[in-house]
Amino acid sequence: MWQMVLRRILIGLVLIWVVSVFIFILTQVLPGDAAQIRLGQQATPESLAALRKELGLDRSLPVQYFSWIGNLLIGNLGISAAGGATIESLIGNRIGNTVFMTAIVTLISVPLSVVLGLIAAMFPGRLIDRVITSGTLGLIAVPDFFVAIFLILFLAVQLGWVPAVSYLSGSEGFWKSVYVLALPIGTLVIVVSAQMIRMTRAGILNVMGSPYIEMAILKGVPRKRIILRHALLNAIGPIVNVIALNLAYLVSGVVVIETIFAYPGLAKLMVDGVQTRDIPLVQACGMIFCTTYVVLILIADIASIVSNPRLRHPK
Amino acid sequence: MSKKQPIFECRDLKIEARPWDAPPIPIVKGVSFDVNPGEVVALIGESGSGKTTISLASLGYTKPGLHFSGGEALLLGKDMITIDAEEKRLRRGEHVAYLAQSAAATFNPALKIGEQVTESAVLHGEMSQEAANIRAEELYNALELPDPDRIGGRYPHQVSGGQLQRLMAAMALVEKPSLLVLDEPTTALDVTTQIEVLKAFKKVIEEEGSAAIYVTHDLAVVAQIADHIVVLYSGEVMEQGPVEEIINRPKHAYTKRLMAAVRPSPEAGQGIATSKEHMRDVPALQVKNVSAGYGRGANGQPAVKVLRDINVSVERGHVVGVIGESGCGKSTLARVMAGLLPASEGEVLLDGNVLKPALQDRARDELQLVQFVFQMADTALNPRQTIGDIIGRPLTFYQGITGRERREKVLDIMRMVELPPEFEGRQPAELSGGQKQRVNLARGLAANPEVLLCDEVTSALDTIVGANVIKLLERLRKETGVSFVFISHDLSTVSSFADEIVVLYAGRVVEQGPVDEVLSPPFHPYTRLLITSVPEMRVGWLEDTMETREAAAGIAGAVEITEVGCPFFNRCPLKIDGVCDTQAPPIRQHAKGHQIACHHDLDEIEESEHQPQKVLTGYERALVDEEAAKVTKA
Repeated sequence: MWQMVLRRILIGLVLIWVVSVFIFILTQVLPGDAAQIRLGQQATPESLAALRKELGLDRSLPVQYFSWIGNLLIGNLGISAAGGATIESLIGNRIGNTVFMTAIVTLISVPLSVVLGLIAAMFPGRLIDRVITSGTLGLIAVPDFFVAIFLILFLAVQLGWVPAVSYLSGSEGFWKSVYVLALPIGTLVIVVSAQMIRMTRAGILNVMGSPYIEMAILKGVPRKRIILRHALLNAIGPIVNVIALNLAYLVSGVVVIETIFAYPGLAKLMVDGVQTRDIPLVQACGMIFCTTYVVLILIADIASIVSNPRLRHPK
Repeated sequence: MSKKQPIFECRDLKIEARPWDAPPIPIVKGVSFDVNPGEVVALIGESGSGKTTISLASLGYTKPGLHFSGGEALLLGKDMITIDAEEKRLRRGEHVAYLAQSAAATFNPALKIGEQVTESAVLHGEMSQEAANIRAEELYNALELPDPDRIGGRYPHQVSGGQLQRLMAAMALVEKPSLLVLDEPTTALDVTTQIEVLKAFKKVIEEEGSAAIYVTHDLAVVAQIADHIVVLYSGEVMEQGPVEEIINRPKHAYTKRLMAAVRPSPEAGQGIATSKEHMRDVPALQVKNVSAGYGRGANGQPAVKVLRDINVSVERGHVVGVIGESGCGKSTLARVMAGLLPASEGEVLLDGNVLKPALQDRARDELQLVQFVFQMADTALNPRQTIGDIIGRPLTFYQGITGRERREKVLDIMRMVELPPEFEGRQPAELSGGQKQRVNLARGLAANPEVLLCDEVTSALDTIVGANVIKLLERLRKETGVSFVFISHDLSTVSSFADEIVVLYAGRVVEQGPVDEVLSPPFHPYTRLLITSVPEMRVGWLEDTMETREAAAGIAGAVEITEVGCPFFNRCPLKIDGVCDTQAPPIRQHAKGHQIACHHDLDEIEESEHQPQKVLTGYERALVDEEAAKVTKA
């Protein structure tokens, strides 16, 4: 089993490397380079050449790639081509915000989804199941910005319970922060839970059709135990995978939500970077997002390997 | 004058299917029978007779889509259909326990065996976890499972199929239920494993004093284990009575038909006299010195070598039966012949020409001449294609036949395999198991092959349907001159139908030759074990068999692939220590074409056949000694 886990990890590393090559090449394809952006209208061929030399843009692409990836490995993300600040400092501010929000949303949505999914699976076809399934289907169909605007309109504007803009000064305590962020957190919980609930329900129901579940019924095992012990253990693989995908989305895909609530997270930083052609910044954000995806999927894969007794205890 | 209270009474039981878009379909149409204490009642009938559905009624359970529509299922006097859900749950496991056909599917792969065996007892508050563990260990001992103190800590995939089947029995018996429901518990097993499991069931039922409902289509098994038989057809009782009476003097026409479909025990003289009509100088298919296996090891050798040095030839128009227990390499041999698994050594010849080892390197006409018919028609046939398409595709692909000509050919072939022409537009899901297997065969025949490789094509079918498929195969080979390689673990089927038999053990040919030769002495000890393990339709056969020397030496063994010596060494009653385990056995020629791989010379083997078969049990030996003592005293 450990061999398989090790192989997964190696594959993950290779994947991250391939991704880094892609990110590097793709950012090269963007029209205009950092020197042109920085100089803008005042660019003369001479000043461009000088700045390119200063930024190392005159070297061959492979050399540029290796110097970039080498710096990346030692944690030196480079200097923002747009403002001249170090990228670490730009990202450093945002990464804490993103991690904080992701963590809170995860802590709420994962247990909530698994429990609701289990409840739906426990009473398939009954009223509670129908409410849960049609509710989640509706929420998947509605775009996240719509949910966000709806919540703002209702909770912030009409009722005035929570602030509509999620501005953190950095000095708030934990609960105060949660309060300020209530709306984006609520929106994200709704958006990501819908998928996870459906997947949990489908995974469990899929297992519920198997002969060993019928056997458990015929042994007189209570329904709750059948679901929690007999079915859930066999459905872990797909459930963990969909959880991982949703968490990765929380890190990288929430730009719309961040924009709506004016919340300074990583995703928004990257979009800003694209607008200002800040290539080193885009590359660094891209690497962070891709690595998050790969690592989360890797964890999900390892979880399903470890939860499989055939692999855990070979013959 | 008080009559014994039956454990289970089935009173005019009616069960129906309720499709959402159609009126209810009756499945069980008023069935009544009793199960008395200490009695084993067999429900027999072909698939679709409702036997499993009826047996599940004793647990108050119906498969999804089915509903009770009348009658009672009284377990210890209480109706399992109408009692409330909580009480039903408590009675399941405690008063009535179920054993399913496939233990492999019945055990939860993610939980340890011990937890699954004991959970019902613990959850019902019958005993503490410790007490349940002790009880389980007792049962493991009684069921002769290895490592009784530790086997509960393993996961289902870590034990063998036969062991799992017995562990399922332990799971059912933990709470000492009054009624056991056994649903075809030995159907999926090899004959040798079946004996072990039957013996264990019988012993445990006797010792625990429980009553049982035994569901099966195998009359020979019924004769070993049942006291009372209920013959079912299409949800109705055709006939019921004591086992002796039904087996020896069946009254109902359907029972007689069931009896007639039972294949006779494998004996010499029932093979079809080899026809010379289609013979040619070279065999249709020949396998020369082939070794093959799975995975990639060193020096181009497979990591796990399954077949070793196999020589088999299939004459034109002949049927070669390949037999052996599961794990002996029967299917691997067929895969090598078909090119699905390239041989690592040796060669496969078609009409005297060497075939490329791998399928993708073979020419289209070579592919056409060797066709494969898989065991499970369900998975081999594309569920989205019509029967006409399935049979028509090989016609177009290999012979370029299209349009009206193709349609006519398809109908011809369907007629040949006895399928009605209106099936042409249907999909596999609309056909029964036997009909699907006919389509599967028709697809192979449509390619107009020289050799048809049939891998366990009758194993998943019940007796009557299987017998019909065999009849069809007999006719086809007479009419078409196609050669068959017929793989089966069922020696009775093979011996009634093949010209030659190849006995495989652990990837090696231990005996091969014409049917009559292989089925008459001298036997290879493994062949003999297989022959004696086929249940006979006779009460008391099981007890007799358990006392033979084969039983003592070999039945319990598992197939192990060995590097040196004779692979059968650890199970052989005639083994010679120091020889059989270190040297590969020589191949001895008996009659023409009859070979036996054994260290004993054939006269020795033949002589051992005449020695008394019976190995005395300790008790019997004591009786004999007592008699002898009496005689000397007198």
